[in-house]
Amino acid sequence: MKLVDRSLVRGNAGSVTLIPEESEDMWHAFNIISEGDKVRATTIRKVQNETATGSSSSNRVRTMLTISVEAIDFDTQACVLRLKGRNVEENQFVKMGAYHTLDLELNRKFQLIKPEWDIICLERIEMACDVTQHADAAAIIMQEGLAHVCLIQQSMTLVRSKIDVNIPRKRKGQVAQHEKGLNKFYDAVIQGILRHINFDVVKCVLIGSPGFVKDQFFQYMMQQAMKTDKTFQVLLDNRSKFMLVHASSGFKHSLKEILQDPAVLSKMSDTKAAGEVKTLENFYSILQTEPAKAFYGKKHVMKAAEAQAIETLLISDSLFRCQNVALRKEYVNLVESVRDSGGEAKIFSSMHISGEQLSQLTGLAAILRFPMPELEDSDTEDNDDDDTDD
Amino acid sequence: MSRHRKMRSIIFESDDMDDVYSHSVDDDAPISPTDANQWLYDRERGQQSMSSFIADHRNIVEEDEEQCDSHDSNRRNSESFEMPSLSDDDRTKLQSCIEEIRNVIGEAPVSERQLVETVLKHDFDFQKSLDEILNDMSQKAEPQVKNNEKKELIEKGIGSRLLDNFAKPSTNTPIIITPTSDRTNIRRGFELNSPQILSPATSGRNTPEISDEIRSTLMGHTLFDLGNVPQRVMHKYEQESRKLGKQSFVYAWVLDETGEERERGITMDVGSTRFETPSKIVTLLDAPGHRDFIPNMIYGATQADVALLVVDATRGEFETGFEQGGQTREHALLVRSLGISQLGVVVNKLDTVNWSKERFDEIVSKLKVFLRQAGFKEADINYIPCSGLTGENLVKPSTDAELISWYNGPTLIQVIDNFKMPERSIDKPFRMSISDIFKGTGSGFCVSGRVETGVMCTNDKILVCPSKEQAIVKGIAIDDASRTSAFAGDHVTVTLSSVDVNNISIGCILCDINNPIPMTQRIQIRIIVFNITIPITLGTPVLLHHQSLIEPAVILKLKAQLHKQTGEIVKKNPRCLGNNSCALVEIETTKVICIERYADCKELGRVTLRIAGVTVASGLVTKIMK
Repeated sequence: MKLVDRSLVRGNAGSVTLIPEESEDMWHAFNIISEGDKVRATTIRKVQNETATGSSSSNRVRTMLTISVEAIDFDTQACVLRLKGRNVEENQFVKMGAYHTLDLELNRKFQLIKPEWDIICLERIEMACDVTQHADAAAIIMQEGLAHVCLIQQSMTLVRSKIDVNIPRKRKGQVAQHEKGLNKFYDAVIQGILRHINFDVVKCVLIGSPGFVKDQFFQYMMQQAMKTDKTFQVLLDNRSKFMLVHASSGFKHSLKEILQDPAVLSKMSDTKAAGEVKTLENFYSILQTEPAKAFYGKKHVMKAAEAQAIETLLISDSLFRCQNVALRKEYVNLVESVRDSGGEAKIFSSMHISGEQLSQLTGLAAILRFPMPELEDSDTEDNDDDDTDD
Repeated sequence: MSRHRKMRSIIFESDDMDDVYSHSVDDDAPISPTDANQWLYDRERGQQSMSSFIADHRNIVEEDEEQCDSHDSNRRNSESFEMPSLSDDDRTKLQSCIEEIRNVIGEAPVSERQLVETVLKHDFDFQKSLDEILNDMSQKAEPQVKNNEKKELIEKGIGSRLLDNFAKPSTNTPIIITPTSDRTNIRRGFELNSPQILSPATSGRNTPEISDEIRSTLMGHTLFDLGNVPQRVMHKYEQESRKLGKQSFVYAWVLDETGEERERGITMDVGSTRFETPSKIVTLLDAPGHRDFIPNMIYGATQADVALLVVDATRGEFETGFEQGGQTREHALLVRSLGISQLGVVVNKLDTVNWSKERFDEIVSKLKVFLRQAGFKEADINYIPCSGLTGENLVKPSTDAELISWYNGPTLIQVIDNFKMPERSIDKPFRMSISDIFKGTGSGFCVSGRVETGVMCTNDKILVCPSKEQAIVKGIAIDDASRTSAFAGDHVTVTLSSVDVNNISIGCILCDINNPIPMTQRIQIRIIVFNITIPITLGTPVLLHHQSLIEPAVILKLKAQLHKQTGEIVKKNPRCLGNNSCALVEIETTKVICIERYADCKELGRVTLRIAGVTVASGLVTKIMK
C-alpha cells in the first residue's frame, strides 16, 4: 500500500489517500474502512440518458464518486473489496443520495474520510505501508487423499486449492489400484502448486504431512519435473525453496503445527503468522500450568485490564470490524489502556489459522502479570445467571 | 491487459514448438547407468551396502561353487543313465518342469540331479515336486538360516539405524542385536477379534493389531504356521527380503504389502487377512502403531471386537512405550474407549531375555495395574509369552525348555480361539460404514466396510448418507465369496449401482432407506480427556474420528465438567478442561456427518477427538442437535 496524502489528527476527523498495490492491501483496507466512513474513488457507473423524444440510451462512464459507506463486503478468494453506500457529492452523472457500489481496484488511489481516526486504524495503515514486512510463503499440507495448497502472507492465509481424492486402500493383490490412485493424487497436487504458487514472490514452500507422504510426494514431483517438459521446469529451478516438515494431518489447522516447527520458525520467525501461533501457544500453556494467569472472554479480560494486570493482550481484528461504534471504541480503549500500563497488545489477523482459533475463543484473551484467582471464582455466579438465560 | 496476456501465451506456444524441434539428444536417448547414478538417489546405496554386501556375497560364493560342482557331476550322471531312458515327450516335460521349479526357487542351491529325480518320482507333477524340494531345502537350510539371521540382524541394526527417519529412543547396546529396536518406541499393538460362526448369524472375527513390523512379524509368522501362507509365497518373500538385506522382515511382508511399507519396514495402513481357528473364523486386521498412522489404527479398532496388545519384552523398550506419553498407553486407552473390552496381551521377544520369568512377571504386573485403571476387567485379559521371530508359543505349544519350565498356559491361537463372541445387533436398522471405495472387476464400483447393525441383502435399496443418494446393492461378497446377505459384524465388499462414485466418500454410511441415520453438524458428547499438554477450551480445533470418517470440528461450548465416577456436574461452563477430566461438550463439524446417539446405537455412537496427532479425548454421543 502506498500512502499518498494524509491530513488528520489522531482522535479527530481527517482523511488519507491510499493506493493499494497488492491483494493483501485489500484486506487491510477492509479492516480500516468501517460503516459511516466516506470513500472517494473512481468507478464505472451505468448512466441512462433520456432524450427529448423519450428514447433512452445507456452508457458506462468512469467517474469519481464519494459515497458514505453502508455495507462492506470482502471476498477472500478473489481479494475484492466492495463498498456499498449513498452518494454524498453530486456530479453530472450521479444524483445526491443515489446508491452505488464501489469496487476498490488495485493501483487506483482512493481517499478515505473518517469522522474519527483511532490508534488501531493508524497502526493498520502504517503496517500496510511497510514494505520491509513482506515474506510470502506457501504451504502444502497433505495426507493421503487430502491436500491444501495455501499462501501465507503477512496478514492472511489463503487456501488456494483443496484437493480431495479418494485413494483405494491397499488390499490383497490390488496394490496397483492404491498406487495408481496415489499417483493421480500427487499429480493433482503438483498442478495445484504450479497454478497457485508464484515462485517469483514466494520465499519458501513448506510441505507438511504425516508419515512419509511428504517425502514420497516430493520425490515424485521432482521425478515428474525431470521427466516432463518445461512447464515443470520452475519446480526444478526452485528446488531449494521446498522444505519438508512434519504435520499430523492434511487438514487446514495443521498449518499451525508447521509454523511451530523449529526449522520453519528460524526461517519465518519475523512473520506475523508464525509470531501469532507462538503467542497463542504460549497462552494455552499458561492456561494449563497456571490457570489463574490466563483468561479469555470479554468479561474476564476487561476486569483484568481494570486491575492493570494484563501483560499480553491477544485480540482478534474481527472485533474492530464490528458495526457498533461504542463497542469498537471499548476495544480500542482496551488496547490503549493495556499499552499505557506497559503491556503488549497483539492484534491477530482473523485470516490466519491462529486468529481463526482466537476468534472462536471469544476473540479476546490475556496473559496476566500476576495470578488473579478471584476472577475465576466470581465467574461461577455469573455463569449461573447465563444459564437461566438459556 | 488481457490482450497482452494472449500475446504472451502465443509466444510461449511457439517457444514450445521450437523446443520440440531443437530437442537435445540427451532427452530422448536413454540415460546411461553412470549418469543415472549421478542423478538418482539410491536409498540402498551407502547405507545397506555393508550388510547386504557381506550377506549376498557369501551366498553367491557358496552357491556358485556348489552349483558348479553339482552341475558337472549331474550332467554326467543324467546323460549317462537318466536321459537315455526318456522319450522325447518325456524329456520336454521334464525340462519344462525343471524350468518352472527353477523359477520359483531361484538361485537356491539345489542340484540338477535332485530336480530330475524328484520330477520323475512325481511323474512330472510340478506342484508335488516343488513341494518336496522346498521341504527338503527348508530342512537342510534351517540351521544355516538361523546363523545367517543372527548376522543379518546385527548388520541390519546398524544399516537401518542410519536409514531411520524417526526420533529414536535413547539407544543402548543390546538394541543393535534386535531387529527392530531402532524403529521408534512403538512396538506394541493389538489385535481385535470377533468370532464368527458359519451360519446366517455370521459375525466376522476381526483382529486389528497395532504396531510396527515386530507385530507384523508376529502375526505373519502365526499365519505361516497356520498354513495360511503357501510355502511358495513365503519363499518368494524370503528371497526378496534377502535381496533388500532385510531378512528379518520376511514374516512382516505377509501383511505389509505396499512397496513403501516394505521399504520402510513399518505398517502404514490396515491390512486384513482371514484365518481359521478350531471354532472360529478370524479376520485379522493389522493396524499401524506409529503415531502418524494412528488414524488408520482407530479405523481398524472401530472394526474390531477384541484386541491383541503386543508389548516388547526387551529391556528398555517396554519401559519407553509404557511411560507417560508412550504408545502402549495411548493404544490401550484408545482401544478401550472404542468399546473393546477383551484383550490379549502378547509379551513378545521374550527370547531376547532368555525367556526370563521375572521379566514376564514384571511386565504383567505393571500392565495389570494400568489396564485396570483403563477400565478393562481382569478376567477379560490374557497374557501370553512368545516370540514372533522364532515362532515360539504362537500356534504350537513351546518346545523351548526355558519357557516350558514356568509356562504351560495357552498359545496365542488358543487365546484367540477362546475369546468370547460379542453381541450383534442384527435386529436394528441396517447401518454400514464405508472404509474403502474402489473399482471392482465388473461394472459399477465396490465399497467395503463393516456392517455395524442390521441385515443387508442383494437387490436391497439403500440410502448413502450424508449425500442422501439412493443406491441398489448389486452384490455382496465376504472374503471374495459372493453372498446374498450380510449381517451385523460382517466385513463385506458391496457392489453398488445407480449411484455416482463422486457422491460417495470414505466415512459415508449406508443405511436402511426407511430408517435413515440422523445427520447433523452439531452434537453434544460426553468426553473423557486423556493426558494432554494443552487444555481444551472453546474454539479448540479438533479432528473428529468416527468409524472411518475423519472430520475437522470445533469445540463450541464446554457445557459442564462432570465427576469421573458418578457423572455428577462438578462445575458448569468450565473455562478449560485439563488432564483426565470428564465433561459434557458441544462440537460442530465443518460438514454434515452421520452419527447416532450412544443410547441408540453403541457402534455408531462413539467418537475420538485428536489434536496435532495426539488423541486428546474420546466420547459418547449424548445428543444430536439440529
